[in-house]
Amino acid sequence: MVVNVKEYNLDREITWCPGCGNFAIMDVLKKTLAGMDLSPEQILVVAGIGQAGKMGQHMKANTLHVLHGRLLPVATGAGLVNKNLEILAIGGDGDGYAEGGNHLIHAARRNVDLTYMVHNNMIYGLTKGQASPTSEEAIKTPTTPRGNPLQGLNPISLLLGLKANFVARSFAGDNEQLRTILEQAIKKPGFAFIDILQQCPSFNKINTFKWFKERVYDINTAGHDPSDLQQAFNLAQEWGEKIPTGIFYNNPDPRPTFREAVLGGKNKSVTGSPINPLDIKDIMEAHL
Amino acid sequence: MEVHDYSVKVGGEAGQGINTIASILSRSFADQGLYLFAYQDYYSRVRGGHNFYQVRTASFPVYSFSDKLEVLVALDKASLDLHAGELNPGGVVIYDQKIEAANSLPNALPLPMEELGKEHGGKAVMGNTVAAGAAWQVLDGDHKILENSLKRLFQKKGSAIAEANIRAARAGAEYARDNFSGRCSCQLQKGSLNKSLVLTGNEALALGSLAAGCRFISSYPMTPASGVMQYMARQIDRLPLAFEQAEDEIAAIHMSIGAANAGARAMIATSGGGFSLMVEGLSLAGMNETPLVIVLGQRPGPATGMATRTEQGDLLFALHAGSGEFPRAIFAPRTVEEAFWTAAHAFNVAEKYQVPVFILSDQHLADSYYTVEPFNLNKVVIDRGEILPEELLEQMETYHRYKITDSGISPRAFPGQSRKCVMVPGNEHTENGYSTEDPELRTRMQDKRMRKHKTLAGKIKPPESYGDNNPHTILLTWGSSFGACREAVDKVNRQGEKWQVLSFPQLWPFPGEEAMEMFGKATRIVSVEMNSTGQLGRLLRVETGKQPDMAVLKYDGRPMNATYVLTEIENGGVFPW
Repeated sequence: MVVNVKEYNLDREITWCPGCGNFAIMDVLKKTLAGMDLSPEQILVVAGIGQAGKMGQHMKANTLHVLHGRLLPVATGAGLVNKNLEILAIGGDGDGYAEGGNHLIHAARRNVDLTYMVHNNMIYGLTKGQASPTSEEAIKTPTTPRGNPLQGLNPISLLLGLKANFVARSFAGDNEQLRTILEQAIKKPGFAFIDILQQCPSFNKINTFKWFKERVYDINTAGHDPSDLQQAFNLAQEWGEKIPTGIFYNNPDPRPTFREAVLGGKNKSVTGSPINPLDIKDIMEAHL
Repeated sequence: MEVHDYSVKVGGEAGQGINTIASILSRSFADQGLYLFAYQDYYSRVRGGHNFYQVRTASFPVYSFSDKLEVLVALDKASLDLHAGELNPGGVVIYDQKIEAANSLPNALPLPMEELGKEHGGKAVMGNTVAAGAAWQVLDGDHKILENSLKRLFQKKGSAIAEANIRAARAGAEYARDNFSGRCSCQLQKGSLNKSLVLTGNEALALGSLAAGCRFISSYPMTPASGVMQYMARQIDRLPLAFEQAEDEIAAIHMSIGAANAGARAMIATSGGGFSLMVEGLSLAGMNETPLVIVLGQRPGPATGMATRTEQGDLLFALHAGSGEFPRAIFAPRTVEEAFWTAAHAFNVAEKYQVPVFILSDQHLADSYYTVEPFNLNKVVIDRGEILPEELLEQMETYHRYKITDSGISPRAFPGQSRKCVMVPGNEHTENGYSTEDPELRTRMQDKRMRKHKTLAGKIKPPESYGDNNPHTILLTWGSSFGACREAVDKVNRQGEKWQVLSFPQLWPFPGEEAMEMFGKATRIVSVEMNSTGQLGRLLRVETGKQPDMAVLKYDGRPMNATYVLTEIENGGVFPW
């Protein structure tokens, strides 16, 4: 191993609450990247708004810290014109499933070559405790004083419905599983999605670290074959006493990545080619 | 050569093929060496309705449309009913024989379009080419030129189709020669133009962007701007260019922000409604200093407004859009030729100053065809601004993306370019791109960004004058309304008046001082705009304290021409401020 994990450290104050699941996720991410011999300047973190979006402020990497919900379109454009960057899109459940819901659907369809980590604590942390799309039914929050009247969104089922390239769920309390999944996701060409369950000790008093810890189990250890989409669907419906985690689906016959599809498989460099106005001579002269 | 100025209107339902007839005639006029201005008037529907194309051709440059016609080609009854009254004395009507012409029209040629199309071109739809041939005959055009134009227009569909079109046109011409008993006052002559491009505003914007080395365009379809991205999308196999139709305009602008920050020249094209969705992204580009070119093809609003109509109602919207305060540049090309050069220039401004740059177009410019001399591509200047080379980056301890400088411009570097990380935030930030709430640093950063406005203002494109050099009346205008103003000024100056057009190729930073100087001794300033509130006049007042004396406004969705401008001024204009 050439890359030392310390290269990812930044000498900046970390603004997460004590006990936040983000500490563990960031720690595992840094170790995974270093373990894969990737150094910070090879990484582009495109981060959204929310506590998870602060990842780009707390670890060393190239970063595009963008607006709420817009990390996927920004990452789509950046990845298309610069093929050398390893792109990590990092945001929370409000960012990805509420504000950015439409982009999630289409980034999955496009098969954009990136790893998308959704830190899912089932609540809004940065804005102090409002319900999120994944908040459970009946939970009381400042914006659901009579209890949440809506069903929680099932992101795994949604992504499987889109036949997304790589669909996984992990838990901030299972470092080894998270590391394994992250590594596979980063290696997988195309869109790799990981919903990461995490506690929010400040605002989610129901889905706590202990609550998750008692329920999660690894579907792959239990024998799930990630090439089996139908079985993945069945597993994705489980939620409650037992919560399945692991790789639900890893498309064995992947579609071309967005880059390949848009650039016609020619893999031509868009940024690298020098600009020459005379290149358009024929195009102009077609109007003669 | 005799001065001539002819207008042909082709009217019919959407889907009947008026575009085919108009494009055949337009190409042929250009090939005959004549100047061209052709505009479309269409409804937001794919079939039916009443649409028309008005093609004006002249021995001198034309920038707007005439009130009267020499030839009307009617494919439906509505075209006869609505437009027969626009014919000049001696004008000719060519109409599809299937239409029952209620009154027997004088100087009319009923044409068995479908029959001749089937017989000579193999298909009823060739009737459109039959009509073009008949019109060409009535105008007394050179048939060799028409046939050459057809060959070039249809060659890409195969030589059999090109030949069929030529036969159909010939049949139409022969039918007109043998059956038209009236007289046409037109005698189309050979013009002085040598090989000209026939281009719309949208095509010119796309070509200019491609010449400038635009490497990425992301957009969502919206009339009248869709033509820009569609044109560019067709070139992706020929150029190092990536294109994506986004899921919405929010995604479109953010994709371009991503591409620009990864090192590509990037743009988006939209109309007012789509731009409304992009506004948060504009503000992000303001904060993280992303070079971005935004084509804003205006149409009447608010909201959906009138999708296929024209207006200039988004000047102040483009100027003020976005949360917070940040510098930007706004250009508004007045002609198709200028659209090309504006697009080519816009990318330099965007990258040099690291700001969003608007190109305000409108439906009238976007969809109208003009004849333009081929652009001298050697004159397209590429200036990407200050980008740090790898060697220099490697020597630095850390790279400061937002280094505070006198000009406000911080040299750029891209992620992955060197071993230096690049941090690009949406929050207020330190010089190296980490978020901060430090009050002193915030003030310095805001000042740094706003210094770029001053730097930009030093390099502005000044207003341009046309007409009398010592005018008593000045028509103040911008964008495609320039065409109507120019022709209005020509008309009155020929009658001995001293009028001038003062038009603004760049509207922000606003060239207030330059404009004040150019007002000279003029006693009457008239702002002429396609909106209801006189936005340029308002901007002038805010920036200089000077108020125009009256306004000529139009906001019915239809373009203005010289007659409209002159009539409104004669009637005292309006005062919207």
